[in-house]
Amino acid sequence: MTAAGADPGNAIAATLGKPGGQKAPRRRRRKLTFDYVSFMAVFLGLPLAIFVIFVISPFVQAAYYSLTDWSGFSQTMNFIGVQNYVNLFQDDQFMKAMGNNIFLAIVVPLITLSLALLFATMITVGGPSHGQTRGLKASSFYRVVSFFPYVIPGIIIGLMWAQIFGPEGLVNGFLRMFGLDMFESFPWLGDERTAMGVSVFVIIWGFVGFYMVLFIASIKGIPAETFEAVRLDGAGRFRTAVSITIPLIRDNIQTAYIYVGIMALDAFVYMAALNPNGGPANSTLVMSQYLFEAAFSHGKFGYASAMGVILAAITLIFAAVVFTVNRLAGGKEDGGRR
Amino acid sequence: MSHITETRKQTVQPNDLARSLRKTKLSRGDRAVGTASHAMLIIWSIIVVLPMLWTLMTSFKTTKEIFASPFALPAEWNFENYVSAWTEYDIGGMFFNTILVVGFALVIVMVLGAMCAYVLARFTFPGSKAIYYLMLAGLTFPIFLAIVPLFFILKNIGLLNTLPGLTLTYVAFALPFTVFFLFAFFKGLPDEIQEAAYVDGAGEWRTFFQVMLPMAKPGMASVAIFNFLGLWNQFLLPIALNTDKSKYVLSQGMASFASSAGYAVNFGALFAAVIITITPVLIVYVIFQRQLQGSVSQGTMK
Repeated sequence: MTAAGADPGNAIAATLGKPGGQKAPRRRRRKLTFDYVSFMAVFLGLPLAIFVIFVISPFVQAAYYSLTDWSGFSQTMNFIGVQNYVNLFQDDQFMKAMGNNIFLAIVVPLITLSLALLFATMITVGGPSHGQTRGLKASSFYRVVSFFPYVIPGIIIGLMWAQIFGPEGLVNGFLRMFGLDMFESFPWLGDERTAMGVSVFVIIWGFVGFYMVLFIASIKGIPAETFEAVRLDGAGRFRTAVSITIPLIRDNIQTAYIYVGIMALDAFVYMAALNPNGGPANSTLVMSQYLFEAAFSHGKFGYASAMGVILAAITLIFAAVVFTVNRLAGGKEDGGRR
Repeated sequence: MSHITETRKQTVQPNDLARSLRKTKLSRGDRAVGTASHAMLIIWSIIVVLPMLWTLMTSFKTTKEIFASPFALPAEWNFENYVSAWTEYDIGGMFFNTILVVGFALVIVMVLGAMCAYVLARFTFPGSKAIYYLMLAGLTFPIFLAIVPLFFILKNIGLLNTLPGLTLTYVAFALPFTVFFLFAFFKGLPDEIQEAAYVDGAGEWRTFFQVMLPMAKPGMASVAIFNFLGLWNQFLLPIALNTDKSKYVLSQGMASFASSAGYAVNFGALFAAVIITITPVLIVYVIFQRQLQGSVSQGTMK
C-alpha cells in the first residue's frame, strides 16, 4: 500500500529533490513537493493526531473536570472552583489512600533498588578479589531467573500471590510444616497488620529482577581499571561498592528510583488483585483504586478527576524530590570525581 | 572471556608458586563472600521460581484437593481444569480478543511510532522540540489522570466497549515510549545513507521504508518486545474502557474470574487460567530473553 502510494511522489522528488541534496545535505531547505508534504502529513500528522486526541486532550480535560461537580451522565455541570480539592483533603478515606501511596513510594523503591543493587554487585564484581575483576559463576542463570517476574502480567502476579498467602496457601503450609500452628489458616491479606507488608513484598518481587539487570549493565559500563585501581589502594568489597560503584552509576539509580516510585504511586493492578476492596480497614487502599471507584462505581467524575490531578501532582513532586536529593548528595562528592 | 579466566584459575599452575600462595591466602575470605552471595541469590531464585511451580502443580488439582493441602500432588494429572477454564469461563474467547487487540495495536504503534520518531529525529522544523516534550509529558503523567475524560471521548465517537476503540487507546498510550526509544535509534543512524538515498532519486517515503526502516530493525525488535509485554499485561485501560463481557481481554477477565464471589470459584480452573495467561509471555521471554536483557542494558548506555 505504502510503496504504491509513494510512487508518484518519488518521481517528483527524483527531479526536484536531487540538486538540493547534493549541495548542502544536512541543512538544505526542503522544497514543498507533494512527496515531502504528504510524507510529513502522514508520518507526523497521523501519530500526533492519535496522541493528542487520546492522551494529551484527556489530561487537559481532566484538569477542567476537576473544577466541576460533574456526575458524568447528567447534562448539568457546574463550575465549583476548588471545592473538590477541599472536599478531598477532608475525605478520611482519600487521605488514608494518599498516606498508603506515599508509604509505598518511599518503601518500595528503597527495598527494590537496594536488593537489585546488592544482587547486581554480587553478580558483577562479587567474584574472587584477585586477578581480573569478575563476577560469580552461574551469573547468567540468576539473571534469567530473576528477570522473569517482570514479564508476568501484574494481575497474574497479584492473583498468584493472593493464593499463596491465602489461608490454605503455600506460605501457611510451610509455616505449619515448621510447627507454627498459630498459622493454621492465618489470612495474611485479611489482617490489618500484615496486608500492607505482604502487598509491598509482592510488588518488590515483581520488580527486583528488572532493575538488577539494569544495574548489572551499568556496573559493567564502569571500566575494569577503576576497580583494579581501587583494589590496589586497598579498598574492600563494601568500600568499593559504597565509594565507587554507587557514585558512578548514580544517574541510573536516579532514573530507576523515579520509575519505581511512579509505579508505586499507581500500584493499582497489584492492589486490585490482592485486595480488591482496599483491604482490611482500608490498610492497602491506594489513590488509584479510590479514584476508579469514585468514577466508575459512583459516577463522581469531577471528584475523581480532582484525585487524578492530585496523583499527577504527587508524581511530579516525587520526581522533583528525587532529582533534588540526587543533586544535593552528588554535589558534595562531585569535586573529587571530576 | 570470563570462562577462560575461570578455568585458568581452577587449574593452578604448580610452577607459579608465588601466585598460588597468594591465592590460598586470599581465597578464604573470597570463599566466604562467594558462598554467601551464592546462598542469597539461590534463595532469591527459589522465591522467584517456587510460586510459579506451585501454581503449575495446583492447576492440575481439583478445588477439593487444593483446600486439603498446599503440598499434596494432584491425584490425577489431567487437563480438565484447562478445558473448563478455556470453555466454561471463556478464557478461550478472551485469549482470542487479547491476541486481536494486542496484535493490531502492536503493528500500528510500531509503524506510527517509527514514522514519528524518524521525522522528529532527522528533520528540523518549527515545533519539533515542542512535540518532543509533549511526548515526554505523555510518558510521565499517570494514565489515571486521563482515564475519566478518555471514557467519554471514546463514548462520544462510539468506540467505547469496542475492540477497535481499545486498540486505538493502546496505540496512543504505547506511542510515547515507542517514539522515545526509536528517536535515539534513528538519531544514531549515519546521515550519509539517507543522503545517498536522496541522491539515487528516492523520495521521502521510499527513503524511509526501503532504506532507513530496515536499518532500524534491531531497535524496532526490542521496542516491539517491550510493547508486546506492556500491552499484553495492560490492565487499567481494558477494565475502564471495555466493560462488555464478551469483549474482555485476558487481564481483566482474570480479575473478574478471581473476584466472582466466594466459594463458587473453581480454583483449579483459576490456576489453569493463570498458566494459560502466562504461557504466551513465557514463550516470548524464552525466545527473546537475550535481546530483552540486551535492550535493558542499551537503555543505560545513552
